[in-house]
Amino acid sequence: MLETLYHLISQYILLPLTLFVIPVDYQIEAMIFLQTTIKIFAIIIPVLITVAYFTYAERKVIGFIQGRIGPNRVGLFGFRLWGLGQPIADAVKLIVKEIVIPLNANRTLFVIAPILSLAPALAAWAVIPFDDTKVLADINAGLLYVLALTSLAVYGVIIAGWASNSKYAFLGAMRSAAQIVAYEIAMGFALVGVLIAAGSLNLGEIVNAQAGSVVHWFWLPLLPLFVIYFISGVAETNRAPFDVAEGESEIVAGFHVEYSGMAFSVFFMAEYANMILIAVLSALLFFGGWLSPFQGIIYLEDFFSWVPGMFWLLAKTSIFMFLFLWFRATFPRYRYDQIMRLGWKVFIPITIVWLVIVSALVVTNIPPWFS
Amino acid sequence: MNKIKHYLNSLFLLELMRGLYLTGSHLFKRKITVQYPEEKTPQSHRFRGLHALRRYPNGEERCIACKLCEAVCPANAITIASEAREDGSRRTTQYDIDLTKCIFCGFCEESCPVDSIVETRIFEYHGEKRGDLLLTKSQLLEIGDKFEKDIAADRHEDAKFR
Repeated sequence: MLETLYHLISQYILLPLTLFVIPVDYQIEAMIFLQTTIKIFAIIIPVLITVAYFTYAERKVIGFIQGRIGPNRVGLFGFRLWGLGQPIADAVKLIVKEIVIPLNANRTLFVIAPILSLAPALAAWAVIPFDDTKVLADINAGLLYVLALTSLAVYGVIIAGWASNSKYAFLGAMRSAAQIVAYEIAMGFALVGVLIAAGSLNLGEIVNAQAGSVVHWFWLPLLPLFVIYFISGVAETNRAPFDVAEGESEIVAGFHVEYSGMAFSVFFMAEYANMILIAVLSALLFFGGWLSPFQGIIYLEDFFSWVPGMFWLLAKTSIFMFLFLWFRATFPRYRYDQIMRLGWKVFIPITIVWLVIVSALVVTNIPPWFS
Repeated sequence: MNKIKHYLNSLFLLELMRGLYLTGSHLFKRKITVQYPEEKTPQSHRFRGLHALRRYPNGEERCIACKLCEAVCPANAITIASEAREDGSRRTTQYDIDLTKCIFCGFCEESCPVDSIVETRIFEYHGEKRGDLLLTKSQLLEIGDKFEKDIAADRHEDAKFR
């Protein structure tokens, strides 16, 4: 369905547009440019809608866990619809509100910071394969690109803390910097395990290396690395229980105290986009991405063969997205020194030990994963 | 041995799993939210809400301007002025309650020897401009007249505990 829509758009809108408007010499380039733009929008817009409704899901899930029912008043077209209009109302409110820039803030950096935190979160989606064929940029260094972009997001936090010229914001930025440096290493090592196992940095090839059945997926041989990757991902996105960078009860709102209106909501969107990104990556790297969980089971495999691969990827992603919310509703915030201890003295040693084990598994061709 | 057990416990995140199990089970439990305007929580007959001044069945106002409520009021929310009426009885000429000062402790009601000033169960009221929440004697009497049946029923129910 998506393919047919895409082909219709490129045949009946883009093709005539380029043929009649663009000079002959540049028509091919223009066509490629326009097609890529359409693909980018086809990725970004669903991601942003998911971000909006992820905030709604968060309030709903945490409410349910706490015995409440969460937002259920704001509906659409006069119907309540369990409060599904809430994210739209929130967005409109934040767009309309004034953006206050503090008098002593560094104006340039203050404006750049939110952009710098949202842009990498969205740009990383370029290499995410939604299916065997559906990927915007099928590059060989995909995993490296994702790692680079998720690390870049910390600059948004640090610059925001610095530019605000506020003690709370600065403390939040410092905490966030130290925390992300610690967890970036553990996360990187966990990913090294994945690429040892898959023998490739290309995300599509990593998923294909997990083909076979549920036990073929990398979560089993790389279980400790998966757990560490996901926990580091929670820390990386500054989510509870690692949200010392925001720490409402200690430093008000951390790095984004001074932000209001749309500037604040851009930070908010970046945080949620990053969470979705971590969830997608966990699904891709450890849980077989678009591969069906019924692969290799005699009757069920045929029975579910009509289900598109994208559905499985999205299903796995939503499970991990739910985990983020579940964690937030369950765990109290870590103390700062506990976070540092966990990152440096627990995660990094475990990952290094497991890297040795994975290497041994790969070298000795242990079935069913590495035969 | 205990140390090893502790290490294994924290390595396999057992306590965290237990916590997740607990919160996860609450996800499916009954929700206790009361959706306010449509649903309301039960109210006691001793509920202390909006004030009212009562009358006797023959229409005579109960208040005898003894000023006990004014004296007992911890927030100084009550202002009373009194003088002798033509028939010689002492009556209030002014009886104001500033609801912005009032803390709804119910002392005025407790101190009243003739059950004149009472607190009703009404709590859904508002003021739209400054001064709307300063209730005068006539307003208080009006509230009392309007809800006398409910007020009397509540007093009756509470009488056996006094």
